[in-house]
Amino acid sequence: MRIGNTFFIALGIGALWGAIYTVVFSIVAMLITGDTIIPDVGVALLSGAIGACSYVLYPPVGRSWFWAAVSASVALVAYVLLATMFSANSVYSGLTFSTAVVTFLVCAFSWHLCLKGMGAESQARYQLEVILLRVLKGVGFVFFSIVVALPFYVMLMTSLKSQQSLLSNPLDLSIDFSQDPKLLFRSYIELFSKYQFGSFLLNSTIVSVVTVLITLLFSIPGAYAVSRLRFPGKEVLSRSILLIYMVPAIVLVIPLYAVFSQLGLRNSLLGLIVVYPATTIPVAVYMFQGYFRGLPYELEEAGLMDGLTRVGVIMKITLPLSLPAIASVSLYIFMIAWNEFLFAFMFLDDPAIFTLSRGVQSLNTSEIPRQHLMAGAVIATLPVLVLFLWFEKFLVAGLTSGSVKG
Amino acid sequence: MKVPIRATTPQYEPQAVPPKGRGPLGAGEMRLAYTMVLPTLLIVLSVVLLPLLANFWISFKPVQLGDLRAPTVLSSERIRPMPEAVGDRAEISYRLRNTSQRGEIADSTLVDSWPAGLVPDGELDSRCQLSNDVLECNLGTFEPKQKDTLKIPVIATQEFLDNPVNPRADKPVITGDADNVLTNNVFTLKNYRKVFSASEFWKVLRVSLYYTIFGTIGALLFGLFAAQLLSTTFPGRGVLRGFFLFPYVAPVIAVAFAWVLILDAGPGGTLNAILMKIGATEGPINFLGRRATPISILGLTFNFPVALTTVISFEVWRYFPLSFLFILARMQSMSSETYEAAEIDGATPLQQFWYISLPQLAGILAVIFLLRFIWTFNKFDDIFLLTGGAAGTRTLTVDIYEQAFAVSNLGAGAAVAVVVFFVLLVSALLLFKFSPQDDG
Repeated sequence: MRIGNTFFIALGIGALWGAIYTVVFSIVAMLITGDTIIPDVGVALLSGAIGACSYVLYPPVGRSWFWAAVSASVALVAYVLLATMFSANSVYSGLTFSTAVVTFLVCAFSWHLCLKGMGAESQARYQLEVILLRVLKGVGFVFFSIVVALPFYVMLMTSLKSQQSLLSNPLDLSIDFSQDPKLLFRSYIELFSKYQFGSFLLNSTIVSVVTVLITLLFSIPGAYAVSRLRFPGKEVLSRSILLIYMVPAIVLVIPLYAVFSQLGLRNSLLGLIVVYPATTIPVAVYMFQGYFRGLPYELEEAGLMDGLTRVGVIMKITLPLSLPAIASVSLYIFMIAWNEFLFAFMFLDDPAIFTLSRGVQSLNTSEIPRQHLMAGAVIATLPVLVLFLWFEKFLVAGLTSGSVKG
Repeated sequence: MKVPIRATTPQYEPQAVPPKGRGPLGAGEMRLAYTMVLPTLLIVLSVVLLPLLANFWISFKPVQLGDLRAPTVLSSERIRPMPEAVGDRAEISYRLRNTSQRGEIADSTLVDSWPAGLVPDGELDSRCQLSNDVLECNLGTFEPKQKDTLKIPVIATQEFLDNPVNPRADKPVITGDADNVLTNNVFTLKNYRKVFSASEFWKVLRVSLYYTIFGTIGALLFGLFAAQLLSTTFPGRGVLRGFFLFPYVAPVIAVAFAWVLILDAGPGGTLNAILMKIGATEGPINFLGRRATPISILGLTFNFPVALTTVISFEVWRYFPLSFLFILARMQSMSSETYEAAEIDGATPLQQFWYISLPQLAGILAVIFLLRFIWTFNKFDDIFLLTGGAAGTRTLTVDIYEQAFAVSNLGAGAAVAVVVFFVLLVSALLLFKFSPQDDG
């Protein structure tokens, strides 16, 4: 076999994955067990290169998963030898060793995917770019997964910890599931018993559901008129909907604060129920109007021919056809109302009527331990994430049709 | 010879064009349309457009946060000494006070029910009169902070002793005309002068632009990258797509505090603990509290804005899912034929991306860029929750809050809001000028 550029690229890939995964899995192991594992990047880099080298020297035709496993063992042996020779840290402790095993297994998996079908000989530009893109994709997957998951993981784990263990070792996010569930969920229990999180949850639900209902009630007729009926001013209206949707909440806060203070609407859920639909209706009209335009008009014409009134057509033909759109708009509006922070923060002073956003914000003081704050964050996040996962298809449709807002 | 076409067309021939004007059907349709649109329009007008105008109004007024509470006269009423026998003399007194430090109250009146069984002793106060067991007093004008006491001597009868009334049980109704700072005719340019003359303002504007530009571009690039990852089908793709949307779907309050916890410089900050454990840094880095740190590259030293970069990273993290979703949707609607043809012609993967994918994505990228630009510029919650605008992260939107509610100068806050509004207006006009009609 001739050795060409791909061989050296394979070395680079092995080194890259060795370095990335040793850091990643050391940190993962640290976060899971709470013990300290110091990644030895230099050694892992070299062993990764050696492993990938052993992999790429085998002809690509017969190279299967088995050979990937062999190359993983080669890398692991190299790691143990190199670490005993050069590294200050011992590799023989159980945790460090098992971390290394996982690291190189995943490394081998990665270079198996990156170098699939590539021998050690020289390759043309096309093949080199294929390899490059595979590596980029791999790095991308690792990067995005970690970056997206980490905050949520830290949030959840912190909420289950106690104050002392958090301060003594902030990296120890391990959870002792053998303990009494009452002790495990103490932050949650305390939030619901002492900090009225039950009523916050209820307030948020009321405000969000009412917002969705009011929004639907006003936006469906409005959107239908704009998309189907002919009347003077239609174009201007359909254009200005998007413009209104661009007006930032922070610009509205001062006048609304001033006026609502004088009307006595400020410190009340009613105030929020007035403001939220007004900010969501333009979004909803925008989304509905796009959907209505896509519905075949012939169906409605047939209805009109058969003697239905316009309102009858809307009730009997358009609305039943629009159920998917109604679902996605409702979910999207619910999400906006549930997550809304600014108006809740500015308007609500009385803890009895706090929404969840406002309630979690009120936990952000130095007297309240941070696991309570994180438990509050989890309580605020969980319903909306569950709803999202449940109705993901609808929500994604809603997001793509209207959600430039946020 | 030219003959007018109309003259040659026989009257009875059916016209090929639809009739002009509005027939009875059209008028009905118009009425229906207006009844359907009007409620929506009214709500949006009253809660979005009116406040927008009100914001202009407030920006020209010297309004402090405290002025929002309208000046009122407070009273405390008591009967002293409490009569114990028929014929005992006592005194009903109302202690009155204008709560406002600055506003006077004109034509104040006090109306209260008269305690049964008490008879006025001698003349009533000249400002008051008693009829049908109702006491009415014209108190005239109360200067700011002015105090006054209204005293009415009374004699007790048996009826009162049988059924003594607690004077605090029913409160007197006090009315008066106070000058409302929001509606009076006092205008000022002080707010604008204050906003524009502060050296801080230009710094804030610059931070706002950095935040908006880098936040938007970052979210766009990462969204593009993430969309490329999920453009091919593989098992688990649907799950991963949902998972990538988490940062956008979760409440800002939750994710912002999770980030604050991770980036905390004190004991307990996850990222700093990791960095220190693996030996990447010596001491903790104050990601959210440090304004700038000097960094030298190739002998050039410049100040790297730490907190601002962190805040921009958060923005990118939270909003890359949106551009990801839009780009992914666009990519799935591309036909594979072009790629197959390019493949046959020997185009490499990068060439295919550069010459086929990117040009097709250009439209949606432009739309996302402009819309995200506007929304990032509008962003308040994220920065407010992460840093509160400290350490060089104060953007215009945070400045509105700071001026209006932290410094309590509503007028100045409104003036900043006007600036924000105009920047947005310009951006929105650009958006409409450049956006393709059907892509948005």
